Amino acid sequence: MKNRKKLLALLLLLSLCVTLTGCHGSQNSSAFVIPQQLDDSRSFEVTFWAKNDTNKVQTAVYEKAISDFEALYPNIRVKMRLYSDYGRIYNDVITNIATKTTPDVCITYPDHIATYLTGSNVIVPLDELFDDARYGLGGSELRFDSPKRAEVVPQFLNECVIGGHYYALPYMRSTEACYINKTYVEKLGYTVPDVLTWDWIWEVSDAATAKDEEGNYLVNGQKVMIPFIYKSTDNMMIHLLRQSGGGYSTDQGEILIFNDVTKQHLLTVSEHVKNGAFSTFKISSYPGNFLNAGQCIFAIDSTAGATWMGTDAPLMDIAADKVVPFETVVRMIPQIDPEQPRMISQGPSICVFNKTDPQQVLASWLFAQFLITNEVQIGYAETEGYVPVTLKAQRTPEYQDYLSRSGEDNDTHYYVKIDATKLLIDHTADTFVTPVFNGSASLRDAAGQLIEEVAKATRRKKTVDDAFIDSVYNQVNSLYRLDQIAVSSGAEETDTEDMGPLPGTAVTLLCALAAAWVLMGVYALRQRLKKRKT
Amino acid sequence: MKKLIAISLMLTVLAGACAVMAEGAAVMSHADYVAAELDTEVTVETYVQAKQSWWDNKATIYTQAADGAYFIYEMPISQEDYDKLVPGTKIKVTGYKAEWSGEVEITDAKYEVVEGDTFVAEAADVTALLGTDELVAHQNELVSFKGMTIEAYDETGAAFAYKNANDKTDDLYFKASKDGKTYDFCVEFYLCGKDTDVYKAVEALKVGDVVDMEGFLYWYNGANPHITSVKAAQ
Repeated sequence: MKNRKKLLALLLLLSLCVTLTGCHGSQNSSAFVIPQQLDDSRSFEVTFWAKNDTNKVQTAVYEKAISDFEALYPNIRVKMRLYSDYGRIYNDVITNIATKTTPDVCITYPDHIATYLTGSNVIVPLDELFDDARYGLGGSELRFDSPKRAEVVPQFLNECVIGGHYYALPYMRSTEACYINKTYVEKLGYTVPDVLTWDWIWEVSDAATAKDEEGNYLVNGQKVMIPFIYKSTDNMMIHLLRQSGGGYSTDQGEILIFNDVTKQHLLTVSEHVKNGAFSTFKISSYPGNFLNAGQCIFAIDSTAGATWMGTDAPLMDIAADKVVPFETVVRMIPQIDPEQPRMISQGPSICVFNKTDPQQVLASWLFAQFLITNEVQIGYAETEGYVPVTLKAQRTPEYQDYLSRSGEDNDTHYYVKIDATKLLIDHTADTFVTPVFNGSASLRDAAGQLIEEVAKATRRKKTVDDAFIDSVYNQVNSLYRLDQIAVSSGAEETDTEDMGPLPGTAVTLLCALAAAWVLMGVYALRQRLKKRKT
Repeated sequence: MKKLIAISLMLTVLAGACAVMAEGAAVMSHADYVAAELDTEVTVETYVQAKQSWWDNKATIYTQAADGAYFIYEMPISQEDYDKLVPGTKIKVTGYKAEWSGEVEITDAKYEVVEGDTFVAEAADVTALLGTDELVAHQNELVSFKGMTIEAYDETGAAFAYKNANDKTDDLYFKASKDGKTYDFCVEFYLCGKDTDVYKAVEALKVGDVVDMEGFLYWYNGANPHITSVKAAQ
């Protein structure tokens, strides 16, 4: 009888464990399971969608990476499709999810991945792949020198967590920088500080709007001068809110942006649009073009656009006879509290799409991982003001040598590009990212649209006041359907989302809890039986 | 009697105001449009010449009337209505005059189709105006360049360059000269994709070829014609 009780308790315990582990996401048949081994007897074609910044060298880095990878894995062929716009990649992926024709590997942003995740098993969670002893980061079966997990910059890796799981590898990181015409700042009687403040940049920009009797700007003698141009107004609003403590969103997707702090920032923007001190890329054009023509003093753009900035920039979009000589310096974006600088961490990441064939996914993962090896990382980072995402690459003598040769030439070692790169390396700890959820990409667009709408209205001589901003709030809220974003109760949750198997420690804990409950039940039952007998 | 006159006058003024409101803003001539300040509201009647793209419920369109051309940028429109716009369709457009890198355009526009006549522009030969300040007066018009000699695009000696050689999903760039001066030209991918005759013609160009070209006189930090036709010079 004793043995039967033990057997019953064991059966109860096992059934409870099975039930509990089964609760973790809906594990449907197409969830990816890591194969024991890559099947070398088969051939695979990995479709890779990527973006290049109209930069032939970046394309060349991708092409070499593919060629080197194919040499290591002759049975895997990588077919690349290049886009010039992340928005188009996003749009095509969404379209192809419906037809189950997604690429295998894609360069994209976490905001976009959050939307892809609303489909069932669309994106492969990478947690287990990272740690797989054979094919994971630094794995024993890899035919290349992959970084170990600890060698990926932790901050950048953490940016790839969505709903508690890794759904991407970081590929490149950048931030925004302020590219400054120092010559004109000094002509106006100011000195460029180490850390810019918003108050200072507005003051100098306002001063630069002074004209002579013929309508020429005093600072440059030209008919055109937009002292301060911000390329990405979504980032501008995100920075302002983060630095001032204004609401943007919660981690769960609650929209907080339509608040009084935002309103104050918008009124300030309007004030400086009104006097001609400020404009945006969408309204006027690329800040770098105006900067290089001596028609802008503060150009805020990505560090990944540094090769377009300054008199001696290797990439130029305006005719040589329009370029004005001046000294360019690079600074962090303006701050509200210079003692606690905050700047966004941005840049593309790599995600792997799930397929019915696990061998296909494994081949895709191998290529994705190859993209963060040293040669690819350093090669691509040097094309712009990008930072390699691995400490392994950052610490190589080759990369350190590259950084140390700033200013040796106006091409590979263009000083503005290397200064912009160092900005992020030196301030990685001061970076932040915005919460990622299904709808966060729309919120980002909305943040920029608020500034664009206010700037346009100001230029069109409309009254920009509290009531106007309230109407813009309504318009933008509706346009981006922010009121339809579902707020999750905790981590990202969707009915169909496969959360992968529970980690071993969690299974052990749940089993222990179940065992405790069973034992308590058995004990209570035994006590009751004892009482009856007595 | 005075009261009657006053009431009559008031009613006349009101009727006039209502009539103006019903008609909407007054339609401008191209000269009025050119004279209008940036960021002011403009209303023009013009004719669709070519459609560049439809994206996210917005369309970018090359239009032209007898007295001048208008570039309509990202005008809200459904795919269904966009498909109805064909070369020659007359539209009344109200929007804001804007300038982006030198390109003067109408943004935040609303439109309505005007039934009646149609107009398809003949290309104006502006070869002699290349490199002059007068060229900008033809901005956005359908224009032609005659007897242009293809030059090497870059140090590789190629006659043209892909913006995206890998998949041919973006613009083509090339250079052509006249009387010793070289100018930049572009095949805008969304206007003329890789299956169009002009895209293929540019891919087949060789340095030294002499060609006649047509296209829309787009502006990007200077003249940046969006070429729609390249043929051997006649």
